[in-house]
Amino acid sequence: MISRLFQFFTVIFGVLVLTFLLIHLVPGDPVEVMLGESASMADREALREQLGLNQPLLTQFGGYLNKLAHGDLGRSIHTKTPIIELFKTRYPASVQLAFLSMLIGLLIGVPLGIYAALKAGRWQDIIVTVVSVRLSAMPAFWLGPMLMLVFAVWLGWLPVSGMSEPAAIILPALTLGFGLSAILTRMTRTSLLEVLNEDFIRTARAKGLSERDVIIRHALRAALLPIVTIVGLQMGSLLAGTVITETIFSWDGIGRLLVESIEKRDYPVTQACVLAVALSYVVINFITDMVYRLVDPRMRSGNS
Amino acid sequence: MKTISLIIIGFWIVAVLLGRVLGLYGNEVDLNSVLANPSITHWFGADDLGRDILARILRGVEVSFIVAVVVTAVTMLVGVTVGLLAGFYGGKLDKILMQITDIFLAFPGILLAIAFAAVLGPGIINLMFALCLTGWVGYARLTRGQTLSLRNRQHVLASESLGATPLRMMWRHILPLLLSVLIVEATYSLASIMIAEASLSFLGLGIQAPNASWGGMLRDAVRYMLVAPHYVLLVGASLMSLILAINLGGDYLRDKLDIASYINEK
Repeated sequence: MISRLFQFFTVIFGVLVLTFLLIHLVPGDPVEVMLGESASMADREALREQLGLNQPLLTQFGGYLNKLAHGDLGRSIHTKTPIIELFKTRYPASVQLAFLSMLIGLLIGVPLGIYAALKAGRWQDIIVTVVSVRLSAMPAFWLGPMLMLVFAVWLGWLPVSGMSEPAAIILPALTLGFGLSAILTRMTRTSLLEVLNEDFIRTARAKGLSERDVIIRHALRAALLPIVTIVGLQMGSLLAGTVITETIFSWDGIGRLLVESIEKRDYPVTQACVLAVALSYVVINFITDMVYRLVDPRMRSGNS
Repeated sequence: MKTISLIIIGFWIVAVLLGRVLGLYGNEVDLNSVLANPSITHWFGADDLGRDILARILRGVEVSFIVAVVVTAVTMLVGVTVGLLAGFYGGKLDKILMQITDIFLAFPGILLAIAFAAVLGPGIINLMFALCLTGWVGYARLTRGQTLSLRNRQHVLASESLGATPLRMMWRHILPLLLSVLIVEATYSLASIMIAEASLSFLGLGIQAPNASWGGMLRDAVRYMLVAPHYVLLVGASLMSLILAINLGGDYLRDKLDIASYINEK
């Protein structure tokens, strides 16, 4: 537990160092790249001062950490808005999208996985497995436009993009959810198959429980544990996976903010977005790991 | 499965070479055929500047493939070296190297590549650089794990007691046993790097106009989806066929080289 905690903090520190160094990787003078060549000397000096670029690297890093500790993520170069204000609307939008995608993934993935496991080795199982493996290889920038073409352009059921209508979330959520459902299908299938071979399942059958009770009350309960872990881990990647999907569907989340900031060369915003997504990912993974240890009695006693 | 995969990959290779021979560069602007539907003159139709979509797809395949091969080669070289050293020597070196890979792994998906590509500026060299910076970690992890278990195999210990240098032990006695795993991993990573390249180009961070790239074409195609749905369909279908074929090839190699157990561990 302690070593896991130590590892968690070193990783967070590493993430902070890497994101801090990001702005220093800009070839040439970052201030000139951001403001353009026509900017006046005074403007450049002001920005350099604001970003603290004229101080030694270590002092800069100290200042960076200090600001972060006070919840100050810096300001956008173009709009001068504090980045934290941008996050207040952008971050919840991404979280909302991630949650709905996860829900879709679960609703498709878990029942399909159960079905495949119950038909293990038969043609139904093979079809489900093959389709789910292939589906998980489909990148968002392919699936997204295809869904948009079919449901928004041809059938006209859903809005093409934007955030003005509530239904606009459906297509981006489906894009992310399909990929997830493929992973969840496979996990559910494997996990359930493993459990079905256990002694307590044989006992449940032997004492005359109906097959339905055996599956739902005994097997599924045990099989769901690894699925919970996958849900946690995928939740973290979902936040990052939204970058492309949000761009395709003009969904104003943190991923789109990242892309917009890159286009405008608004590096403080870029830096903050990368940091926010990476930190969310690390924290969610850590929590998942901890919850798993708490929930699974086997992990608790072993404490490996 | 193997034949399907080979046929598709073979088809694309022949098509790209044929395009080269016929001098199809896909950069000729023809304002008379803007967003034209597929026809005899433009088999796949034309894009928003009247450029031939088929020719541009072929150029996109070529660029994408070159990027994938270069990045795979570089990341494999770096990753395998790091993994071998960490797994072979263990101890402090291993701890430090693995801590570094942990930090890289803390960035989900291609976020780090996006970040690097963003600050480095667009362009094919920077794109490859960004993908290399983030891609070596997987190989390092994989190689380290395998090396740890191979390090104490009898044939390695035997060679050590016969006075083999560490370099020789790694090169002659450990690396050959890793090859099949690495080949399969490399096949899959070809496909995933093509996807990453297309993602970055889609975001405008990779290959720049007027040069053709799949990501860039998809972005344009989405913009003109309402008037020219064939654009997005054909680019999307081409891209998927190649990626599926490469992944199928990977599956075949994995089964053939019998390393299913390792894949499950991942």
